[in-house]
Amino acid sequence: MTLLSWSVLTDPNTQWILIGCMLLGLMSGIIGSFTYLRKQSLIGDTLAHAALPGICIAFMLTGVKSLPLFFLGAFVSGLLATLLITVITRYTRIKADAAMGIVLSVFFGIGIVLLTHIQHSSYGNQSGLDKFLFGQAASMIASDVYTMIGVSAVIVIASSLLFKEFKLLSFDPGFARGLGFPVGFLEQLLMFFTVMTVIVGIQAVGVVLVAALLITPAVAARYWTDRLGLMVVLSGLFGAISGVIGTLISTTTSNLPTGPLSVLAATVVFVFSVLFAPQRGVCAKAVRRIRNNRAIRMAEHVREIQHSPVYSKEESL
Amino acid sequence: MNHSNLQAPLSVSGLTVAYQKKPVLRNVSFEVPEGKLIGIVGPNGAGKSTMIKAILGLLPRVSGEVEIYGKRYQDMRKSVGYVPQRESVDWDFPTNALDVVMMGRYGHLGWFKRPGTKERDMAMDCLAKVGMKEFAHRQISQLSGGQQQRVFLARALAQHADLYFMDEPFVGVDAMTERAIITLLNELKAQGKTVLVVHHDLATVREYFDWVMLLNVELVAYGPTEDVFTKSLLHQTYGGRLAVFDQEDGAVLVESR
Amino acid sequence: MMEFWIIGTGALVAIACGILGCFLVLRRMSLIGDAISHSVLPGIVIAFMISGSRDSLGMLLGASVLGLITVFLIQLFQQSGVQSDASIGVVFTALFAVGVVLISLNARQVDLDLDCVLFGEIAYVHWNTISVLGIDFIPKSVWILGITVLFILVIIGLFYKQFKICAFDPAMALACGIPVALFHYVLMGLVSMTTVASFESVGAILVVGMLIVPASTAYLLTERLSVMILYSVLIGIACSVFGYMIAAWLDASIAGMMVTVAGAIFAIALVFSPRHGLLMRLRRRRKWAEVAG
Repeated sequence: MTLLSWSVLTDPNTQWILIGCMLLGLMSGIIGSFTYLRKQSLIGDTLAHAALPGICIAFMLTGVKSLPLFFLGAFVSGLLATLLITVITRYTRIKADAAMGIVLSVFFGIGIVLLTHIQHSSYGNQSGLDKFLFGQAASMIASDVYTMIGVSAVIVIASSLLFKEFKLLSFDPGFARGLGFPVGFLEQLLMFFTVMTVIVGIQAVGVVLVAALLITPAVAARYWTDRLGLMVVLSGLFGAISGVIGTLISTTTSNLPTGPLSVLAATVVFVFSVLFAPQRGVCAKAVRRIRNNRAIRMAEHVREIQHSPVYSKEESL
Repeated sequence: MNHSNLQAPLSVSGLTVAYQKKPVLRNVSFEVPEGKLIGIVGPNGAGKSTMIKAILGLLPRVSGEVEIYGKRYQDMRKSVGYVPQRESVDWDFPTNALDVVMMGRYGHLGWFKRPGTKERDMAMDCLAKVGMKEFAHRQISQLSGGQQQRVFLARALAQHADLYFMDEPFVGVDAMTERAIITLLNELKAQGKTVLVVHHDLATVREYFDWVMLLNVELVAYGPTEDVFTKSLLHQTYGGRLAVFDQEDGAVLVESR
Repeated sequence: MMEFWIIGTGALVAIACGILGCFLVLRRMSLIGDAISHSVLPGIVIAFMISGSRDSLGMLLGASVLGLITVFLIQLFQQSGVQSDASIGVVFTALFAVGVVLISLNARQVDLDLDCVLFGEIAYVHWNTISVLGIDFIPKSVWILGITVLFILVIIGLFYKQFKICAFDPAMALACGIPVALFHYVLMGLVSMTTVASFESVGAILVVGMLIVPASTAYLLTERLSVMILYSVLIGIACSVFGYMIAAWLDASIAGMMVTVAGAIFAIALVFSPRHGLLMRLRRRRKWAEVAG
C-alpha cells in the first residue's frame, strides 16, 4: 500500500509540483523574514487581495492569460494599494489596521466584481482564471516551474547581494537614508519581490493562504536565532520543507489540496518553535520565569534576614 | 464616603514586580496617612508608574499585599480614583470632554444603569472645578495637552474617590494647567482625601507635597517632605544623576540625563 | 419580492457589521475582524459535519467558538513575543487551511462550496425559505441575520457604556472593576456570530469590508460614538441598496459590488469630509501658509 502510493513520486508531474512548492516555500521564506522584521507581515495578504483587480484588468485589456501580464497587473494594483494605505494613515485619523482592512477588502470587492463580469461576458479564454485565484498546485506544469526557478533564483541572488542593504532597511530605514542608501528604491525592490512571491504563491495556494507562506516560516525562524542571516536561511529552509511535506502528503493521500497542507506543515513547524525553541520558546521561558521568581524571592528573604534586627536565642531565654 | 475606622487609606507590604529577569520594584512597603498629598519621586525607570499600576492590579505582581482602608482593592474600587498618563489613550476617539468625565461615574453606575442627568450635572461640576466648563462639548482631539490633562483630572474627580493615584499629571502641560491642578490637589486635601502623585520635577516638590516617597526600585525614603527631601537622600535615590545648584533661596535640584 | 429579500439581507448584514465595526475600528482590531472572518471556516465545517445541515443554530455556535479560539490564540502568540500582525496572519491562515482540508476530506458528505463561503450567494437567498411559526415566505438567512442583529442590539444596548469605556481607556475600565477581558471576548463572539450569519449571503471576505469600511467612513464624519454607529449603519444600508442595483445593472457579483460601493463612499468621505477630509486639510494648510507668509 505505502509502496504503491510512494511510487507516485516517480511520476514527472509530481516531481514538478514538488520542486515548485519547494521553491515557493524557499523564496517566500526569504522575503517573509524581511517583511516580518519591517513589521509588515500582513502586506502579503493585502497584496494578494489587491492583485485580483490588477489581474482581471490585465486580462480584460488583452484577452490573454499570460503570467508576465498578470505580474504587471498585480504589481500596479499592489503598488496602488500600498500607496493608498500610506495616504489614509498619514493624512487622516484612521489607523493602520483599519486602512489595511479597507484597502484589502475594497480592492478584493472590485476584483470580484470584475471577475464575475468577465465570467458572465463573452471573453473567450476565461476558464481557469478563478482556479488561478484559489490555487491549484496540482495543475502546475513544467513551464510554471521554470518560471518559478527563474523568480526564486533572482530573489536568492538579490537577497544575498543586497543582504546588508535589506538588513539596514529592515532595522532602521531612517539611518539607512542618512547613510545615503537609496531607501525608496530598495523599498520598491523589496516590494517588487514580495509581489512576485505573492503572484507565484497565489497560483499554488490561493489568495487567502499566500499570506501564511510569507509569515509563518519567518516567525518560526525568528524563534531560533537572533541573527538575521541565519534567520533568513532558516526561514527559507522552513518554507521549503513545508512545501515538500505538503506536496508529499497531498500526492500520497487522495484528494487533499497541496496549498492548505503546506500551510499546515508550516504551522506545525511554527508551533514546535514557539514551544521548544531554546531561548525564546514557551517552555524555556517558563522554566526561566519560575527560576527567576524563586531567585527574586530568595534574594528578598536573605535581604530581610540581614536587615532585620537580630533576635538571638540567648535574648529569648 | 466616610471611613470611620482608623485604617490607613493605603497600606502596601512587600510589593515586588518583575519584568522578565529584572525586578523593577523590590520589596516596597509603606503606609499612607489620610489627607496628605504625597509625591512619588525617583529617576527614570525607578518603577514609579509600575508601582501605581501594580497597586491597582493592572500589572501582575510577584509578591506583596495591598490594602485600601484595610480591605482588598477589589472591594474598595469605588473609593479609588486613577489618572493615567495622558498618552495611554487614543485622543482621536469620537467623544467630547463631558462624555469622558462622565466615564468617571461608570464604576458607580453598576452593570446596567446608563448615565443620566444626574451624572451629567456631576460631570459639569467637575469640569467647572478644573476650569474647563466652556470646553464641555469640545471634541477631545481638539483640546490642548493641558486641557486634555484637566479633562482626565475632572474624570477622576467624578469618581468621588477618597484615594487618588495620578501618573505624571504635570507632564507636558502649560503653566495655567499646572496651577489649576495644584489648586485642585489642595482642595482635595482640604476635603480629607489622599492623593499620590508620580512627579518628576524636583524643583516643585517642596512647594507641592506634604509627604514624599523617594523610589528607585527599592523604597529609599518615605515621610514628611522636610524630613525626606534632603540632599543626601536625593543623592542616594538618584545616584550620580543629580546636579544640585545652591541658590540664595535654597537648593535647586535638576536631574541630569 | 426577490429584490426585496436580497436588499433586506444586505441591509441586515450592514446593520450587524456597522455596529460592531465601529468598536473594531476604534479598538484598532480591524484585522482581527478579518482574521475571524476567515478562521470560522473550520467551525462551520465541523458543525456541518455533526449536524448534517446548513441551517442549524449549531453552526452559528460552532463558528462563534472558533472565533473566540482565534482571538485567544492571537493573544497567546502576541504575549509570547510574536508581532501582532504576524500572529494574526499565522492564526487565521492555519485555521482557514484546516477548514479547507476538512472540506476536502469530507467532500462527499459536506455539501459546502468553497466559492460560496468566500463570495456568498446573496442572489439566491430568496430560494431558501423556511417555515417558522407558520410564516413560510421569509428566507432562512433573513431569519438568522435578524436574530443576530437583535442579539447585537440587545447586548450592545445593555452594555453600551462598558463597551465604550473599554474601547477608550481599558486601563481605567479595569481599575473601575469592569471586566475588560470579558467584554473583549463578548465583542469577538458577536463578530464571529455576525461573520457566520453573513457568510452565506456576502461571503467571508466581504464581511470584512462591511465591518471596516462603513465604520471607518463614519469615523471621518463625526465626533460622537453614538452618531458614528448610526452613520456606519446607514452607510452600510446604502451600500447594500446601491450595490445591489448597480450589480443587477452590470450583471456582476452583488456582494463584490456592495463593498465596491462602500469603497466609493469611503473615498468621497476621505476627500470631502468637512473636518478630516484631504481637501479640508489642504485648504487649512494653505491658510496657515498664508498666515505665516
